[in-house]
Amino acid sequence: MNSPEATLDLKPWLNFKGSEWKERIDVRDFIQQNYTPYEGDETFLTPATERTKQLWVEISVLIEQERLKGVLDVSSDIGSSITAHKPGYINEKIELIVGLQTDAPLKRAIIPNGGLRMVEAGLQAYGYELDASVKEAFQRYRKDHNQGVFDVYSPDILACRRSGIITGLPDAYGRGRIVGDYRRVALYGVDFLATEKRREKAELNDVAFSEEVLRSREEMSEQIRALEELKQMAASYGFDIGRAATTAQEAVQWTYFGYLAAIKEQNGAAMSIGRISTFLDIYIQRDIDAGLLDESSAQELIDDLVIKLRIVRFLRTPEYDQLFSGDPAWVTETIGGMGEDGRTLVTRNSYRFLHTLYNLGPAPEPNLTVLWSNAMPKGFKDFCSRVSIETSAIQYESDDLMRQHWGDDYAIACCVSAMRIGKQMQFFGARCNLAKTMLYAINGGVDEKSGVKVVDGFEPIIDEYLDYDEVVAKFEKMMDWLATTYIKALNAIHFMHDKYHYERIEMALHDRDILRTMACGIAGLSVTADSLSAIKFAKVRVIRDEQGLATDFAIEGEFPAYGNNDDRVDEIAVWLVETFMEKIRKHKTYRDSVPTQSVLTITSNVVYGMKTGNTPDGRRAGEPFAPGANAMNGRDTKGFIASGASVAKLPYDAALDGISWTATCTEGALGQTLTDRVNNLSNCVDVFCNASGFHVNVNVLNRDTLLDAMEHPENYPQLTLRVSGYAVNFIKLTREQQLDVINRTFHLSF
Amino acid sequence: MNQNNEVNPPGSITPACVDEQGRLSGFVHSFEMGSAVDGPGMRFVVFVSGCQFRCLYCHNPDTIKIHNGTVMTVDHIIAEIAEFASFLRFAGGLTISGGEPLMQADFVREIFYLAKHDYSLHTALDTQGFLAAHLEDEYFDDVDLVLLDIKHIDPDKYLALTSKPLQPTLDFARRLSAMGKKMRIRYVLVPGYTDDFDDVEKLAEFISTLQGVERVEVLPFHKMGEHKWEELGFKYNLKDVQTPTTELLKRVIDQFRNHGLTAC
Repeated sequence: MNSPEATLDLKPWLNFKGSEWKERIDVRDFIQQNYTPYEGDETFLTPATERTKQLWVEISVLIEQERLKGVLDVSSDIGSSITAHKPGYINEKIELIVGLQTDAPLKRAIIPNGGLRMVEAGLQAYGYELDASVKEAFQRYRKDHNQGVFDVYSPDILACRRSGIITGLPDAYGRGRIVGDYRRVALYGVDFLATEKRREKAELNDVAFSEEVLRSREEMSEQIRALEELKQMAASYGFDIGRAATTAQEAVQWTYFGYLAAIKEQNGAAMSIGRISTFLDIYIQRDIDAGLLDESSAQELIDDLVIKLRIVRFLRTPEYDQLFSGDPAWVTETIGGMGEDGRTLVTRNSYRFLHTLYNLGPAPEPNLTVLWSNAMPKGFKDFCSRVSIETSAIQYESDDLMRQHWGDDYAIACCVSAMRIGKQMQFFGARCNLAKTMLYAINGGVDEKSGVKVVDGFEPIIDEYLDYDEVVAKFEKMMDWLATTYIKALNAIHFMHDKYHYERIEMALHDRDILRTMACGIAGLSVTADSLSAIKFAKVRVIRDEQGLATDFAIEGEFPAYGNNDDRVDEIAVWLVETFMEKIRKHKTYRDSVPTQSVLTITSNVVYGMKTGNTPDGRRAGEPFAPGANAMNGRDTKGFIASGASVAKLPYDAALDGISWTATCTEGALGQTLTDRVNNLSNCVDVFCNASGFHVNVNVLNRDTLLDAMEHPENYPQLTLRVSGYAVNFIKLTREQQLDVINRTFHLSF
Repeated sequence: MNQNNEVNPPGSITPACVDEQGRLSGFVHSFEMGSAVDGPGMRFVVFVSGCQFRCLYCHNPDTIKIHNGTVMTVDHIIAEIAEFASFLRFAGGLTISGGEPLMQADFVREIFYLAKHDYSLHTALDTQGFLAAHLEDEYFDDVDLVLLDIKHIDPDKYLALTSKPLQPTLDFARRLSAMGKKMRIRYVLVPGYTDDFDDVEKLAEFISTLQGVERVEVLPFHKMGEHKWEELGFKYNLKDVQTPTTELLKRVIDQFRNHGLTAC
């Protein structure tokens, strides 16, 4: 092999140990051979330098202008690509890490490959017009993803989209949730990566040209082209990233260029960066050991990178923002966890990333995700807890659970979706509405809101009182129908996305042969479980309108609610998760992807609620569902430990794309002193993970602060809080979402 | 038992009650799982009902009358706790609060006994100590920590605030000190009632003579119990009292700290 090292006078791998990773692309092996676990506390960290503060102030001014206008500016004349825009800077003189999506900060690109319609709607919403030549190109000469999907959609899929039983499908924009192994750019340099791709492609020169082989060959050609463009883009900023990075600054810069190329070309629902902190720590440590870098300069590099990650922007429509809460990009960075050999993967750089929340103030992006393991050093656990208490800006996911499935070099895409970096991708499938499906079962396929028959061949329940066994039997059949339609839609979407909006650069930073998952999802778990609990343990009388449609329910008696660690109803929730997963598994999926599902809504629980009529648990039509796997608002009356215990019962094996729980409490409810609070929170997360809990967002909030922020958003530019799987900027939420957050169970203690 | 006291101790402990099957039972207002402000770590808190005090600022007036509670057997309560035992052992423990737990001394003792012996939990008793003189030292064997509420240090003001005398509480504090029990002193800070500088000084002086005080918890008065008074048809006398300012809170905490106490 012609190694990057051999071709250079510079010694990018000087003092790096190991050999396997030098023979073939293997970033994990490089990390394992070279990283320095850190078991200490946070006292080594350094504050923001004057340079960092100045840069942050400069960009903050633009962020405020953007908030007032909706979007700051749009590059409406150029369809974006890796090389479409000239270099852009915040302040070239003082930036340590450079590169923007367009030629100016916060100026949004248009990415018409996903769908011209979405681009036009986004431009129109903010008063811009699409350049005529771009429009002509896509209307006359080039088909987009959106058009491809709608060419093949069937009437039943369209009916499901209309009624809202399936929502948020990535059929008009980028699907996202693919994490390129951006670290490869730094470790190997682009030239070597392109050579490897050429070699792999050549392996397919002398085989029969099946459809599969042809697709693979075409994709690899696209990947090689994308790598060449990546190199050109970096050259426009004055860097030769054909070669491997030789310093910490280059390593950060190279890695970021890889990511930047991806976000120039894809506007996926989630554009996560992976798991870069411990990788970069190796370079930083080498430079520190060589006397080339001190702690303050190391922190500056990370602060600067994080500033870039905070200003990732995509042009969306207001409806999209309503569904996904604000203006998210899900630049998820996965931090911490344990190695398979028992050493912690926490390094000083894990701390530096979290420390940006102090140096730059709290922010929702990058979406900092801590992989929690009971075996992690206590110092790091306590630091995380403190950061949670003081910023509410991080989320926790169980490394002990995921490591068993995905090894120790996986990253989280979006909120809770784990994937081995560079070896696995997913076909993002948004989610379907379980509560509405149950209502369809009761009403024989007629939509409870519109009165329209959405699906044929089902008989409604006609009895006055709902019988549990009858409801369950009909519900199961309706789930069969839903799963069938849902997978048809997803197969259509991903077939077309691969064809018209292929993630060239992200896939160039993957192995050729990868694992693909088909990531389905369910919304409304707790409202459905509570409804079934009401039917089973209380008596539920159906109230029908003149057409005989069940539009309301009267509950006689008491029933246990999910979220109180009560097996009677928690078992129903488990049954729902397992049953729907079984139904999904029966279907043939595109590219033989492995079906998975998530129990996750970001804040789309609000929109799902709006689209769903009265439910048998007593929830009124239009009221929000609970987010993710949470208990319904106010029904988890035993406090958050009991609530977490219910969530922890949901089996990860039947929801391998993740289970999301958002716990919100006031500061005082965690203890009387900061030390008490930190200890208590660390212990709670430990216990939740011990009980096989998968994910928890922690919000430590004050209700009065939120109410005040609704009235005076200008005073809270950085108020961050977590909703399932994601941190949002509170002032960017719609009023309904803000109220929903405030009404969500605050676990107060008096 | 306070051996030197020739008069009978004030108040009386409610006789132990049993359900139809003869199982030891008591009146319980509610449970809370996961409280972080009722003893160290995360606590399972049993709020029993019944209290002889009528504190003006009481935030749980619905627990004052014993019969407002639900009759529950010790076994039932232990079963509730058992679900979380592994968590509690690791992250906190059991606290019995109220109401005044010592009004139902037998019931409370049995819960502590089982929590300690069957589940190895850390145990805390939240009390104002008024009835403690009725109980032998051994009674407290299964109590790891006493959260002792001292509502005021001035006997007259104490009486006005709570409707009962101060002395039994001070006696109990000295007794716990002599027994070597761990204590946390809780003091509710009510502007105009308990914020007098000299009173706080006196209280701090008293506390600093005690052994085993881990910390003094200054609990800022809040009005979140106000609606309960109205619902119960009682007159709420502190309607016009404001919650303490941050400055006041800090001043009082600092007073305790200046006496060498840990305060928060």
